[in-house]
Amino acid sequence: MMTRLMATERQGALILSGLVALAGLILAAAGRGDPMGVHGWITLVFAGGVLLIALRALDAPEPTEDRLASYYDDPTKVGILLALFWAVVGMGMGVWVAAQLAWPELRFDAPWSSFGRLRPVHTSGVIFGFGGNALIATSFHVMQRTSRARLAGHLSPWFVLLGFNLFCLVAASGYLMGVTQSKEYAEPEWYADIWLVIVWVVYFVLYMRTLARRNEPHIYVANWYYLAFILVVAMLHIVNNLAVPASFGAAKSYSAFAGVQDAMTQWWYGHNAVAFFLTAGFLGMLYYFLPKRAERPIYSYRLSILSFWGIVFFYIWAGSHHLHYTALPQWVQTLGMTFSVMLLVPSWASAGNALMTLNGAWHKVRDDATLRFMMLAAVFYGLSTFEGSFMAVRAVNSLSHYTDWTVGHVHAGAMGWVALISFGSIYAVVPLLWRKEAMYSWKLVESHFWLALAGTVIYVFAMWNSGITQGLMWRTYTESGTLAYSFTETLVAMRPYYIARVIGGALFLAGAVIGAYNVYMTIRVAGHQAPQIDYPTGSEANEPAVPAAE
Amino acid sequence: MDLTYEATSTFAKSFGLIYLIVLSVGITAYAFWPSLGKRFDKAAKSLLDDEDGPCR
Repeated sequence: MMTRLMATERQGALILSGLVALAGLILAAAGRGDPMGVHGWITLVFAGGVLLIALRALDAPEPTEDRLASYYDDPTKVGILLALFWAVVGMGMGVWVAAQLAWPELRFDAPWSSFGRLRPVHTSGVIFGFGGNALIATSFHVMQRTSRARLAGHLSPWFVLLGFNLFCLVAASGYLMGVTQSKEYAEPEWYADIWLVIVWVVYFVLYMRTLARRNEPHIYVANWYYLAFILVVAMLHIVNNLAVPASFGAAKSYSAFAGVQDAMTQWWYGHNAVAFFLTAGFLGMLYYFLPKRAERPIYSYRLSILSFWGIVFFYIWAGSHHLHYTALPQWVQTLGMTFSVMLLVPSWASAGNALMTLNGAWHKVRDDATLRFMMLAAVFYGLSTFEGSFMAVRAVNSLSHYTDWTVGHVHAGAMGWVALISFGSIYAVVPLLWRKEAMYSWKLVESHFWLALAGTVIYVFAMWNSGITQGLMWRTYTESGTLAYSFTETLVAMRPYYIARVIGGALFLAGAVIGAYNVYMTIRVAGHQAPQIDYPTGSEANEPAVPAAE
Repeated sequence: MDLTYEATSTFAKSFGLIYLIVLSVGITAYAFWPSLGKRFDKAAKSLLDDEDGPCR
């Protein structure tokens, strides 16, 4: 893949990875005896590996490829493989921590394997590792196709993809060592946060530059969603991670905010991480891959514009519903609750728009498991956004909050919506990217679909039961006004559901493993086919169209 | 002007409301503007057209 880069680009890769390796060395030196030092070594090894790859290809001949005539898909391919790798790791961690709750001896008494350290490896692994890589990879694919323009640059997509994965690696290894800011979904410490800002700005610039080269008058709506994802995640990440490092030689910082302001900033971030990381970007996926696979244009393009702005401008206000019955001013809580309820309108507009697109193509949904993944994702998107609006209502929240109901809700969204649309998109795009006739085995896609559906349903129902049981037991009083149940009694009541959850999660994980195997076999074994469309056309100018300097 | 709780909440409750209403009216007008219909149709269908490589 390095040989497809021009000599100047390869030199650029060499310099960039050298700089990152140097930064790793500084981090390792400054953080001696601290987990930060370990992160320095990880960075050094990671960047050193990239440097070696660049070095080995340094003397390769200039590529003869006509860059006018094809899309640049190498980063997309690597991104999809990385997404599948993180899916298996992240979901595997999820099954392990779920099993620890049912059988605590599975902790094996090591500090790194305690629930509190493994759980963020699971959440970051699936959200950032799996979801993030799937988003970056598909965004590279979609932005090029809808703009009919090649990626603006050949170095920056690699920088974004590999830089983001270095962030994921630093995050996950840090959790195992006990490094955390104690902010949900924003656990990594200050140096990792600064690195992510750099990566993210390059991502945004790359997206804008590719759009600027577009050969279509109108920017297709999927791009709006991807752009909202990139832009707003940058904003959220920077504000919520404003912190003062305790020292420049250790992984410990203190938030710039205090008390309820800190809580509000965190949940403004936290809920918008759901909105813009786990929703907006994946809606971009939905708006591209579902019409494409169904071979029908989106039911109402106008509705997709309306729901875009609705989602963007309502979601940003909804975070305070995480802080009902806290020190947060009552009107801010009510504001968050109101906007959460209003969010149902654009959310259901999107889900309905997707399902109406399939009207007239239901036979394809029946026959094609890939399209069925996307259809089911839209259904779960509708279900979990309804549930979310409902749970944000203060009275409902008094029962649901801090219980497993929240966990069930998150997983209805993360498994049912985010993972299913990602797997559907991956199955749709892999044969095209690798120029194959079809996936290696449609039967395996089919079994993945049913495993994923069964796993999600078992998981979500287990958590609904567990959460409502737990919530009701917490609020049951005796006649004399004392609590009727001890905390331990609630755990005993929830145990059967915890075991059911392990089963649901294991089924879902099995589906992901099958998916990864199927993609691997597609690349290795499936028959070659040059598609009619999405294929480079000849061009008169037989020279690279893209300026080398990046 | 002091940055007091009253001042910020009054600002949020008044201008926040106005800007959201103006914004939603503007967006609805944009989405349903009759002359843009063709452009939107074209965008929706362009996805399914032959994608034979980038033009530049």
